Amino acid sequence: MKRQWRLGPAVLVILGALALVGTACGDDDAPASGSGEGGALRVAIVAPSASDDLAFSQSMVDSVHAIERDVELSVTDGTFIIEDAAAAIRGYAEDGNDVVIAHGTQFGASLIEIAPAFPDVTFMWGTASDTQGLANVFAYSPAADEGGYVNGSIAAALTKTGVIGVVGPIEAGDAVAYINGFKAGALAGGASEVNVTYTGSFGDVALAAEAAEAHLANDVDVLTGTAQMVVGAVGVAADAGVPWFGTQANQTSLAPSLVVASQVYHWEVVLEEMLTLRDSGVLGGQAFEVNLANGGLVIEFNDAYELPAGVRDAADAMIEGITNGTVSTG
Amino acid sequence: MIKGVLGALVPLLAALVAFAFGAMMLVTLGASPLAGLDAMLDGAFGSGSRIAATAVKATPLILVGAGITIAFRTSVINIGGEGQIIAGALLSTVVALSFPNLPAFILVPLVLLSGAVGGGILGAVPGALKAYASVNEILSTIMLNLVMVQFMNFLLRGPLIDPFELEAGTRIPQTQRLSDNATLPTLLDGTRLHIGVPVAICAAVGAYLILWRTPTGFRLRAVGYSPEAARAAGISVKRNITLAMTLSGSLGGIAGAILVFGSEGQRMVTDGSAAGFTGSAGFNGIVAALFGGLHPLWTIPSAMLFGALLTGATQLQRVLQVPAALAVALNGIIVIFVISSTPVRGWLQRSLANSGMFNRSSDTAGMD
Amino acid sequence: MGEFFTLSVLVATAASAIRLATPYLLASLGETVGQRSGVLNLGVDGVMLLSAFFSYWTVLETGNLWLAVLVGLVVGLVMGFLYGVITVFLNATQGISGIGIFIFGLGLSDLLFRQLVGTPKPVRRLPNVDIPLLSDIPHLGEALFQRNLLTYLAFLLVPVTALLLARTTFGLNIRSVGDNPQAADSLGVSVERTRFVAILIGNSMAGLAGAALVLQLGIFQPNLTQGLGFIAVALVYFGAWRPIGVMGGALLYGFVNATVLQWKALGIIPVSGSDLANMAPAVLTILALIVVARRVHAPSALTKPFTRH
Repeated sequence: MKRQWRLGPAVLVILGALALVGTACGDDDAPASGSGEGGALRVAIVAPSASDDLAFSQSMVDSVHAIERDVELSVTDGTFIIEDAAAAIRGYAEDGNDVVIAHGTQFGASLIEIAPAFPDVTFMWGTASDTQGLANVFAYSPAADEGGYVNGSIAAALTKTGVIGVVGPIEAGDAVAYINGFKAGALAGGASEVNVTYTGSFGDVALAAEAAEAHLANDVDVLTGTAQMVVGAVGVAADAGVPWFGTQANQTSLAPSLVVASQVYHWEVVLEEMLTLRDSGVLGGQAFEVNLANGGLVIEFNDAYELPAGVRDAADAMIEGITNGTVSTG
Repeated sequence: MIKGVLGALVPLLAALVAFAFGAMMLVTLGASPLAGLDAMLDGAFGSGSRIAATAVKATPLILVGAGITIAFRTSVINIGGEGQIIAGALLSTVVALSFPNLPAFILVPLVLLSGAVGGGILGAVPGALKAYASVNEILSTIMLNLVMVQFMNFLLRGPLIDPFELEAGTRIPQTQRLSDNATLPTLLDGTRLHIGVPVAICAAVGAYLILWRTPTGFRLRAVGYSPEAARAAGISVKRNITLAMTLSGSLGGIAGAILVFGSEGQRMVTDGSAAGFTGSAGFNGIVAALFGGLHPLWTIPSAMLFGALLTGATQLQRVLQVPAALAVALNGIIVIFVISSTPVRGWLQRSLANSGMFNRSSDTAGMD
Repeated sequence: MGEFFTLSVLVATAASAIRLATPYLLASLGETVGQRSGVLNLGVDGVMLLSAFFSYWTVLETGNLWLAVLVGLVVGLVMGFLYGVITVFLNATQGISGIGIFIFGLGLSDLLFRQLVGTPKPVRRLPNVDIPLLSDIPHLGEALFQRNLLTYLAFLLVPVTALLLARTTFGLNIRSVGDNPQAADSLGVSVERTRFVAILIGNSMAGLAGAALVLQLGIFQPNLTQGLGFIAVALVYFGAWRPIGVMGGALLYGFVNATVLQWKALGIIPVSGSDLANMAPAVLTILALIVVARRVHAPSALTKPFTRH
């Protein structure tokens, strides 16, 4: 037992001493907000998956880079542990960032506690359509069903068997909006069956691949899907020569000859609006939507995929229709 | 005596070597190792609120770790921490949703108790399966972890979902904001330090007392040391194995309740994975327990250390903008190095030999 | 439901099951060898992630699939060396050193992927190789004998491992070291060396498993395995430390998963039942074990570090 007594306290004492030394010599607190080099805006993003995942998280990072402003950007990605994300959001606010983007629907509950504690910081939260009554929180969401509808109608034009397959993660958030819109568009466009599989995981690539295989066994000849695990399904589609429709980011690089189109989120459209409001003193309290009408959603076609005659025109007309309200996404 | 002090320094040296590896990794990523160390220490201990955050982060580790020590001392390997945490969280959430208007001094203990019950059930099942059906507990606990994740998703997107979500159509897997009466009271204003921390410490102390100061604990340890001898002495091996797993699970369940009612958001929310909610406390707790020599009291500082590693790592990630994966890899290296360092090995071995953990001659021998 | 029972769908489900089972089988067989010698390795998942990343990277850089498989094997070997040193020569507690390796592998593979690759890029996948004659058997041939070479290897390794353990001297050494290391030692068998080699074998197969997983998918992502390694360890217990039992477990797991996916695609499982259906593989595995309950004999020295008396 003696050795135990020496081990525990010894380790703790030494670490405690190191800690005190460390904090004594450590850097002082973070700089005041808005005082980055040359007045650059200090923005931080907290995202649940990798910032280069060709999906949800990447879309936001790309969009911040696309803003036409001087921005000093910090990113914490891969924070799928919700309490850790909350700590990161709080930490970025404490560090003096002007804007903290909580890019994950599941982070909303934490914002209710954090936002009031930092009234000078603008928080942006997505995907969400309600600011939960917080004065310094902007909410943003994609009208993913719109792009889904367009994709679905093009898919219906391409399918020869009439059966289309969808691979989804969990039935929640923008995934379900996209998939419902896709299904509606496809059925309206003449597809006979749209089979949807929710694999139950955002990250299980192998399961997504086999879900795609299962669809193919049922005469599916066009596929789509959403979330970061979808890369597995795209691979299966590519090998089977089946066209793929993407969402959240431009997925052409995953299957250069078979990706037909991707619904790409261009958050910068609403980010600019939010920042303009912030400049005029409104730090939050409004909800924004990216959709086809405001250019926040863009259907990016893959030029390498040859669409049959007339399909592209029909798609453009459909986008027109949704934009001016004549077409409803069901 | 000198040997003793030296013996304590070696694992520290091992930790330092591990940090050296981490420093190398930081350098290749273009970051300064000193800045890295500074960030980690600052993140873990840099201010009162940060120390509080470290303690809060360590809380589930203390609980799971203490539970592990009970199980391991009875010769049962409980890898079901993740599932038991979820089970406790779910049951406590249901209770809070059902009785939101009870006064806080009743509701808070009630939710913690329900957490214990939920986790206890999820410990009892593999325990009973092992005792009465010879199903190996490593298998059943791993499988139950998987089951509980899906069950959590089902409940949080179905019966327990925030009605607001249904209206809005976004269907985020979360409950509504839970009753304020169930919020764990904060102990220190301006920090996140809540009563979950002393509860965890008491639980660990309780585990120690149960194991070494009660006849129940004696029986548990006897079964762990030698099932045959225990049975010969009239002790029911089956019942005690089940009991050990139940106790172990219930401690994990309390951790789950604390995670919900001590959270920023005051609700149970998931992203679909287990670790999104638990933060891998089910696994990290095992490490904390074994670092503490399978002794509930030593699990406390060991879990605090681990908690410091974790909070320090998030600060490291944020300040230096290095990928979070670096911190994960560093944690792994530290675990490997420290557990490989010889005196720890010798001491643990002796301590484990005394626990009888690995003295079984076969999985089912001696089962009635 | 009728649609499920059409031959083409059943065949596709079987093929899917076998594909899914392959990495489980490889990792699990390796773990069986290790456990029979008395060593528990909970770090399989970490080893798989590292070997998966390096295999993927090899194909990305060289385009050579078989080099990638070899790299996966070598990564497993290297990790096995590390684990062997820690476990056999430093006598570290196997439970946590394994989890340490898991955490390390998880973090390092993620880090390397971010730094060296970044955005996921697809690579060539393992091609299906039809076995002559056998693949022409109607339906069954399509399901079983039109798979990739790593799958065939995995299933071939089942009898190979069984024979190794049951009929070779080395296998006898492994078993005796796992059951009664003191006796083995007194008979002149080097416990350390036997366990070390068993660990090398086990981790090399975990390396192959990681390569199989990533090369079947043709792409890597952080945490690609999603806990596969732990399930593989669990399957060893399911299979009662016998290769044929382990194969049964891997196939059960693969079939249940494949069937659930197929039923979802067909709409037999409605979207609302999705979460509950996802529990099926785990629940059925436990049920199967209860139903087939038998007295299993674990290697008696499993997880006990060996010290000479």
